[in-house]
Amino acid sequence: MGQTLSVRQLEAWYGSNKTLKGINMEVASNHVTAIIGPSGCGKSTFVRCINRMHETMPGTKVKGEIVLDGESIYDQDPVALRKMVGMVFQKPNPFPSMSIYENVVAGVRLNGMRNKQNLQGIAEKSLRMAALWDEVKDRLNYSGMSLSGGQQQRLCIARALAVEPSVLLMDEPASALDPIATTHIEELVRQLKEDYTILIVTHNMQQAARIADSTAFFLNGELVEHGATSEIFTNPNDKRTEDYITGRFG
Amino acid sequence: MRQTLNEGQLFLIQLLKDMGNEVERILQGCMKSLISLDRKQAGFWIAEDQKVNDFERQVDDECVRLIATQQPVAKDLRMIISAMKISTDLERMGDLAIDIAKIVQRIEGPLLKQLIDIPLMAEKALGMMRQGLEAYANEDMDLAHDLAVLDDQVDHLYKKVVRDLLVIMTDKPEVLDQGMYLAFVGRYLERFADHATNIGENVIYISTAGRQDLNK
Repeated sequence: MGQTLSVRQLEAWYGSNKTLKGINMEVASNHVTAIIGPSGCGKSTFVRCINRMHETMPGTKVKGEIVLDGESIYDQDPVALRKMVGMVFQKPNPFPSMSIYENVVAGVRLNGMRNKQNLQGIAEKSLRMAALWDEVKDRLNYSGMSLSGGQQQRLCIARALAVEPSVLLMDEPASALDPIATTHIEELVRQLKEDYTILIVTHNMQQAARIADSTAFFLNGELVEHGATSEIFTNPNDKRTEDYITGRFG
Repeated sequence: MRQTLNEGQLFLIQLLKDMGNEVERILQGCMKSLISLDRKQAGFWIAEDQKVNDFERQVDDECVRLIATQQPVAKDLRMIISAMKISTDLERMGDLAIDIAKIVQRIEGPLLKQLIDIPLMAEKALGMMRQGLEAYANEDMDLAHDLAVLDDQVDHLYKKVVRDLLVIMTDKPEVLDQGMYLAFVGRYLERFADHATNIGENVIYISTAGRQDLNK
């Protein structure tokens, strides 16, 4: 099951540049939450704070609190946290020297699992959840790089799912894909919310409108508005949200 | 992309304005044919209704094109959806004008009285249509709300027309048919004004995303 996220007064910096300015936001479990906003508004920084990737970069700083299922993420070991909070990036990034199978179980192996039968079970389950199993079951030993872009992205999703996270962060997961592969990913996201809490950063307004239950609009490091997607895209409360979604800026 | 959407929206406003002008031309023609009981002229106006129908299709096509290619949301989407609904109202208003022309073809003259309130109703109803379209073009909520007041005036005139006709029909049963036909004309003009209030309701919907009944 997915878990709820509570973000309180979150601030983040790159050097002296403050990119998040006191974000307060509740992310519902088993929902898809879309993060939208113009380039540089802090949406990627926001999701990178949730799995504590932001603080790994030199010169960065984070302040505030993020509570995952009742426990502050800053009280947890970052590696353990990242087992609970998986991430999928804009560009598919399978490990180039690994086979499809090895890619999927890489994270689980790193966590110490060695039992071959268990690993095979996890690989099949993860690939099925990522809607890729039927396409690759006969060539699991092929290189991950042999797959199409859309398949590679689903492979990365399978790899993220293999460690059984409760939250899945997706940073523009379909922006490098063609329309058919994009449809696959969107359908997959819709299905995955049954088991996961999903945060998806997207520049594609229509994609957010299609797949997200709720949408949050970020601007200049601030959360302008967060509400039901049906409301945000039909009658937003804030004029800045309306101006952004109708293409008047951004 | 925003520029294309803006241009499309301006084109829709112009199309609806042109469509309204066409409806106005037809209703005025139908009213003239009623006052002069000119059946031939009435036939001409009945044929002219096709132009209004063509406008409705053109508005629908433009709305579909904008939705498909520009993916409008929020106020932009409401503005485009409202254009489709307004064109349907205008098309119905054109039909109501034609219904008057059809009555002209049925009335056996001469007119039982000089028509005063019925032309006044037509004038007020047309004014409401123009005001509704202006409110749409400029997203003017005041003009939209004011349509409710004007609609009450048209309703009041309609009641007066029916009352006056009843008195005449009671006195002269031989004009019963014509009296009924003229009451229908009053009814058509009252409905015409109701459609104009629908245009105002769409303007309120565009601005607020809320609904308000201007025709109570």
